[in-house]
Amino acid sequence: MIPVCRLEDLPAGEAVRLDLTPPVAVFNADGELYAIDDTCSHQDASLSEGWLEGCQVECPLHAASFDLRTGMPTCLPARRPVRTHQVSVVEGMVYVHTTADVFAQVPADAVAHAAADAYARTAVEEGSAA
Amino acid sequence: MRTVTVVGASLAGLSAARALRAEGFDGRLVVIGAEQHLPYDRPPLSKEFLTGKADESQLALSDDEERAELDAEWLLGVRATGLDARGRTVVLADGRTVASDGVVIATGARARPLPGPWLRGVHTLRTLDDARELRDRLTEGRHRIVVVGGGFIGAETASSCAALGHDVTVVEAATLPLMPQLGRDMAEFCAGLHQRGGVRLVCGTGVAGLRDDGTGDGGAVTGVALADGRVLPADLVVVGIGAVPETGWLSGSTLAVDDGVLCDDGGVTALPQVVAVGDVARIGGVRHEHWTSATQQPVVAARNLLAGRTVEHLGGTPYFWSDQYGARIQFAGRRHGGETVRIAEGSPEEGSFLALYEDESGTTAALAVDRPRPFMRVRRGLRMG
Repeated sequence: MIPVCRLEDLPAGEAVRLDLTPPVAVFNADGELYAIDDTCSHQDASLSEGWLEGCQVECPLHAASFDLRTGMPTCLPARRPVRTHQVSVVEGMVYVHTTADVFAQVPADAVAHAAADAYARTAVEEGSAA
Repeated sequence: MRTVTVVGASLAGLSAARALRAEGFDGRLVVIGAEQHLPYDRPPLSKEFLTGKADESQLALSDDEERAELDAEWLLGVRATGLDARGRTVVLADGRTVASDGVVIATGARARPLPGPWLRGVHTLRTLDDARELRDRLTEGRHRIVVVGGGFIGAETASSCAALGHDVTVVEAATLPLMPQLGRDMAEFCAGLHQRGGVRLVCGTGVAGLRDDGTGDGGAVTGVALADGRVLPADLVVVGIGAVPETGWLSGSTLAVDDGVLCDDGGVTALPQVVAVGDVARIGGVRHEHWTSATQQPVVAARNLLAGRTVEHLGGTPYFWSDQYGARIQFAGRRHGGETVRIAEGSPEEGSFLALYEDESGTTAALAVDRPRPFMRVRRGLRMG
């Protein structure tokens, strides 16, 4: 159990990066706390610096997106999930319980499917928006 | 459409194959790649790959599962040499032909070489094979390296070489590198990064020629002669003076080529069943050599190809990034040159800042150095229009 910060120091929409090996990011998504591995599974970028929207965080470098609840990528270029970790709050203090390997049972093709579908959608929405 | 041929097996070609399948194309899909490698990511070649932080397995853009799902025929290690006048037959260097109902041109660009005879010790950095060769050289002893060209590839390569302990000089013909892309203020900041990394930057003089050991063609490089008469000694020269779109193979086709394959703003050429994407494509008058463009253009182009006409147009905001000397530079937007640059957060002195390019219409572009969060906010704002 690793202490993160006081709950009031992690307001909604914010994230904090823990310098562990590998680093972990803790998010406050509209009041819900989530923790995932901080390093994008695609390339070296810190997800704690990403764009938080609902339960998804978008990587600041190549716009890969991850579901904070599952660690699953929701669009390319990420194809592999990031690990998720349990978060608890004890007497106003936020703690992370790091997990070894929580996604080993997820079939890889399910990830690829979800990622490819979502990618096609978001890229086009973005392309036609401007 | 029964057969679609994607000519080019890098990021844009792979993205096109993905997009075609995602759009429901279930016919025969052929992907032709001049390099023998399966699709790999080029940006790390000048950075993590060169310094040895990443190996080849980490460059792969797809894996076995995805390729099984894409169900494409990969013809790798063979160059396309022609497209017939109707845009129906792709001719390969080994004499084979691929009859196609639709063609995606994604042949990318090649590194622009310096004129003159071929010399040992002179490298370009575009392909995995280029990067392998250069990386091998960089691990044998300490070199005196001259990087010709101060653009992003040149700067990243210089940064990686310096990090490996080599003696590095960058030569730039313009008064400052990256002026057209970034404007004077930001170009000055980037020029300063070289110094911070212990690399000399020589600006305002072109390269007159290379010096060799006297054995002529196939000899070894010994120095770089500058237009102002100076000679910089070098046993390794990396040439980073831009890229030339790979359009030579289209000379027998009816497609218009002018620094790229000319397309409408949906990626469609003069032939409705031929689209072009990525570095080789001049879409709506603009050719981007950006990683993100190579992933976004194919989505729209694939849709237009399958529709048989332009039903969707490319929008979006150009975006690129560069990692050099420990700094992450990110740029988004369309700068026209008339803007003033305002530092919105941080400062160049502290090495971390967000700069906004502004004119009377508002913010046209943004550049950040090690400020990913505020940059992302601005980039999304630009994206929304």
